[in-house]
Amino acid sequence: MFGYVLRRTLWIVPVVVTVAAVTFFLMYRAPGGPWSQEKPLPASTVRTLNAKFGLDKPLWINPEAVQAKRDDGVNNPLTLGRAYLDSQFFNYMIGVFRFDLGPSYASKGAETVQSVIIQKFPVSAKIGLVGIIFAIVVGLPLGVVSALRQNTWIDYASLFTSTIGVSVPTFVSGLLLLLFLSQNFGVSPVRRPEAWEGLGRAYLLPGIVLGLGTMSYIARLTRASMLEVKRQDYLRTARAKGVAPQGVVRSHMLRNALIPIITILGPAAADLVTGSIIIETIFSAPGLGREFVDSISKRDYSMIMGTAIFYSVLIAIANVTVDLSYGFIDPRIRVRR
Amino acid sequence: MATVAPTAPALDQQAEVSLSRVRASRSLRSDAWRQFRRNKMAMVGLGYLIFLSFVAIFAPAIAPNNPVQTDVRVAGKYRQAAWIENPNPAKSGTWDYPLGTDGIGRDVFSRLVYGTRISLVVGFIPMVVILLIGVPIGLAAGFAGGWLDNALMRLTDIVYAFPALLFFIIMQISLGDTGFGRLLNGLVLLFVTLSIVNWTGVARLVRGETLALKEKEFVEAARASGAGAGRLITRHILPNALGPIIVAGAFIVPGAIIAEAVLTYLGIGLRPDVNLNAPFPTSWGQMIQDGQKSYRNQSWILIAPSVAVALITLSFTFVGDGLRDALDPRENA
Repeated sequence: MFGYVLRRTLWIVPVVVTVAAVTFFLMYRAPGGPWSQEKPLPASTVRTLNAKFGLDKPLWINPEAVQAKRDDGVNNPLTLGRAYLDSQFFNYMIGVFRFDLGPSYASKGAETVQSVIIQKFPVSAKIGLVGIIFAIVVGLPLGVVSALRQNTWIDYASLFTSTIGVSVPTFVSGLLLLLFLSQNFGVSPVRRPEAWEGLGRAYLLPGIVLGLGTMSYIARLTRASMLEVKRQDYLRTARAKGVAPQGVVRSHMLRNALIPIITILGPAAADLVTGSIIIETIFSAPGLGREFVDSISKRDYSMIMGTAIFYSVLIAIANVTVDLSYGFIDPRIRVRR
Repeated sequence: MATVAPTAPALDQQAEVSLSRVRASRSLRSDAWRQFRRNKMAMVGLGYLIFLSFVAIFAPAIAPNNPVQTDVRVAGKYRQAAWIENPNPAKSGTWDYPLGTDGIGRDVFSRLVYGTRISLVVGFIPMVVILLIGVPIGLAAGFAGGWLDNALMRLTDIVYAFPALLFFIIMQISLGDTGFGRLLNGLVLLFVTLSIVNWTGVARLVRGETLALKEKEFVEAARASGAGAGRLITRHILPNALGPIIVAGAFIVPGAIIAEAVLTYLGIGLRPDVNLNAPFPTSWGQMIQDGQKSYRNQSWILIAPSVAVALITLSFTFVGDGLRDALDPRENA
């Protein structure tokens, strides 16, 4: 078991390396350098900036640096090896693993990417938290009720809602909801920055919209797995031996029906992360998602790269956690390994 | 089948008649179709999609105005939808512009009609490409195993960790301004990006099906009677894996439509076309982007494309659910 946990956890490393490498090369060949803007900077300024941020170094490997070190009389293979890899790519990759994602080019290096992430991510995390709480608190009972009252109007109503929630993208439902609320109740996106401190009312609407898809998915899945459990023999046994109806639902049906729900929490994490990019833009939330969209329009390549890598690390961790948690929750899966 | 010679014994005749009454022989395919037809929502979805295909093909005949033409003097800026009165006659709705006009006097309804084209194209072409790449690779990996199988599994692990939307965004930024990215206003790049991300999911699914099927007795029997690998795959494994493949295909389409809409909404998807005769002048994603900026002036610019995207994805979900119930009875989430 320990070996499996270790293997699964270490698998994050090659995933992150690949994601970072792909992102690096796609962004490297993106048109226009990091300093291009409407009024071009003088060539000398560009040269200074490039030198300051190591953008004048070779892309892959740096044999010249090794030669320079040799000429200085350095023979330590570690130092030489490091000099050989003193290139844009390897410096970036080494930085990634030290959570040093480089300067934000749009700010001319005044801010680092990781400091922006640390500053903006809490808002996104809080929206995600509201979303996931909403998804579980509403989705789970909805699925349970519609399974227990199968083929009644409650079932149809909840099935209809959750089908809409699963299939309609959040950016469409979010925009329509915002439009409806602003025309009928005068609600508008909360723009005051102080409203986003703490965990205030501002989080309610974006959180709910963000959680809508996951909520629907949980409701559908809960319903399906409850219906499947309903037909099992052990349920009949429980009833026959005189367990009260609530007890049957709680400790026999729900406990077993919950297992498949955990499987979707991995994809749900990815959904929440990418959803937050859109939702924060729609609701003007000062989180990392909107920062990401802003950096797209500003062509702040290092910010785009860093945020993308940060997001995929989050998702990789979520996937691994979910994978590992199956084993603890469902003994059958553990045995099969 | 029920033709019985008059000389046959009565008992035999009865037996044969009752047998034929029990069940006429039906193929698996017609069984699935019957099952699908019984699902009302799936039929509604299918009907709506067929309707949309007609709209897309006959867009020039249906759209009352040119979707790109801007004529503010006639059309007015932010003219309201036809049934909405406005004190300003240039903004009051008329049936010449059923859903009103946008900020530069383009007919919202006509744009909506033309937008159908991009949504359908952007949904279906990547699906075909994805199936063409993913199915053979999945079959090969599942059937042969070995390094191909290993490589496929590792690759899908990575693709799963790389959120699709982020990859789309990075691809668009990296290649959107190159000559390749400009082909057909960016449609080609979008097809490629969507295909790159999604084929692994299909390949993994087909691999799993192949692994399960190749152990089945009928495959064993075919192998024992001398069928080669090619024949086993094409005649025995692929036809039996077709159900889940079709279902997966049905769910790829709405995903692609949403991806296009999201990217264009973020301003890095398709480029607007100003050519008056463009076959693909606009997309619903573009309309949503326009609409969000000006929904206070004219809310139908936002409502119309949003509802259109919602309805098309909903239809695909209904059709996909129906297909799954009909073709893949094991999975019913």
